[in-house]
Amino acid sequence: MISASIVIIGAGISGLSAAYNLAKAGMKDIHVIDKGYFTNGSTGRCGAGVRQQWATKLNCILAKKSIEFFGRANEELEYDKDIEFKQEGYLILATTSEEDEQFEKNVKLQNSLGIETVKLNVEGALKIVPHLNPNSFISATFCKTDGHVNPFLMSEAYYLAARKLGVSFHFYEEVKSIEVKDGIIVSVLTTKDVYKTDKVLNAAGGYSKEIGDMVGVEIPVFSENHEILVTERAKPMQGPMVMSFSKNIYCQQVPHGSFLMGRSNPNAVASHDISSSWGFLDEMSKTVTHILPEVAKLRVIRTWGGSYNVSPDRQPIISDTSQLKGFYMACGFSGHGFMFAPITGELLTEIILRKDLDEYAHDLHIDRFKDNVITEFEHSVV
Amino acid sequence: MNEKDIIICRCEDVSLADVRACLDQGYTTVEDIKRILRVGMGPCQGQTCSHLIQAEIARYLKVSKESVKFQKTRPLVTGVVLEDIAKQAIDEDEKND
Repeated sequence: MISASIVIIGAGISGLSAAYNLAKAGMKDIHVIDKGYFTNGSTGRCGAGVRQQWATKLNCILAKKSIEFFGRANEELEYDKDIEFKQEGYLILATTSEEDEQFEKNVKLQNSLGIETVKLNVEGALKIVPHLNPNSFISATFCKTDGHVNPFLMSEAYYLAARKLGVSFHFYEEVKSIEVKDGIIVSVLTTKDVYKTDKVLNAAGGYSKEIGDMVGVEIPVFSENHEILVTERAKPMQGPMVMSFSKNIYCQQVPHGSFLMGRSNPNAVASHDISSSWGFLDEMSKTVTHILPEVAKLRVIRTWGGSYNVSPDRQPIISDTSQLKGFYMACGFSGHGFMFAPITGELLTEIILRKDLDEYAHDLHIDRFKDNVITEFEHSVV
Repeated sequence: MNEKDIIICRCEDVSLADVRACLDQGYTTVEDIKRILRVGMGPCQGQTCSHLIQAEIARYLKVSKESVKFQKTRPLVTGVVLEDIAKQAIDEDEKND
C-alpha cells in the first residue's frame, strides 16, 4: 500500500505537465501511473506541431499560452538537452471560397487575441514555401510564431523536472479499479499495487472514457485512429508546417530533417485501433504529390497510428466534476493535447489546489455538455 | 576502443556510450531507448541496431537476451518514394472507375 496525495493516470504529456506543475506548487506524494513504456500513447505518436491558428477563442488562448511556455521550457525545466522548439510558422492553405471566407474570420479572431496571423495570396504563400503547387490553393494564412516541438524530448524535460521535485513514476503498471466510498475516492488498485488517495487525475488520453467509467463519471469522448508517416531525412527545404483542412493534410519538416505528415480518415470509427493501413498511404501520397510535389520525391520509411480522443466540440475538457469529489480530468483534446500541454498542467493545478481560475478556463468544464448543446465548434482540425 | 567511437545505430549516428548513458538514466526497454535516442527510427528501421541494443539491455539487467522484448515492427519494410505510391494508387483508381 502506497499513500498518495494524488494519483495521475497516464504519463503522457498532460499527466507529465500536471505532475510537474502540482509539484512546483508544493504538492508532495504525487504518483503517476502508466500502463506502457515512456510516451507509448498519443503523445509519442503525434505530429509534433504547435500552432495558434484556431477558429475558437478558447483554443486560441490555450495555444498562445502554451507557445509562450515552449519558448522558456528548456530554461524553466533545467533541461540539459533541447526540446527542439522551432518557430518557422504554420502556413494554412484555403482551397475553396468558403474556406477563404472562414479564414478571414479566423485571422480577425486570432489578431484580437494577440496572435500575429496574416492572410496571404498565392504569391505571398509561395514566398514562404516556394515548392508549393500554386494551383492547389487560392489563399493562405500564416503565423510565424507557430512551429514544432519534439514530443519525446518535451516529455522527457517535464519527466526529469517532475522527478527532481519528488514525483514518483510507475511505468508498465495499469490501473484496474478505483474504490469510492460514500462519494469519496478511497484508493486506486493497479496491476502491481494499491494507492491510498482521495484524488485522481484522469489523463489517460485514448482511454480516458474507460477511466471515467470506473467511477461512474460519464465523459462524452471517443477515440479514433489517426495515421501518420515519416520520410527519410532531407536537407532543410521547408520551414513551416503546411496544412490544409479541405485537402486533409498536415506536413512539416522537423529539425532532424525528416518530414512528418498525416491526414484524418473520414471513415474512421470510434475504437482503440492504432494500426497502419494501405488506404492511408495511398491517400497521403496522392495529396502530398499534388500540393508539395518536391516533398513527394522523398522515401517514406515508416507509418504508424495513434488515438485522437475526440470531444463533442473538438475542444478539451480540463475539469473537476460535481459527480465525484476529488476526480479531475484532462481529455478530449481532439488531436491537440501535445500543443496545449503547458497550459493544461497549469490550469489543472489551479483547479486541484482550488486557486482562482481564469475566467476563460471555466468554459473547459465538462458541464458544458450537460444539456447536449454545443455553442462553439472547432472546425480547424485535420 | 572508446565507447563513444563504437556506433550502434548508423542511421541516426548513436554510439554505445549514448546507449549506456540512457540505460543508466533508467530507460531499459528497446521502445524507451528508441524514443530518447532515435535508434531504430532511420532508413533501416532498426535492422542493424535493435539486436545490439537488446544485448546491451540484457547485459545491463543481467537477464537473457531472448527475454528482452524487440521493438514493434512497423510498415514499410523498405523506403518507397511517395510519388511512386501516388502514381500506383491513381492507376488503380482509374482501373476501378
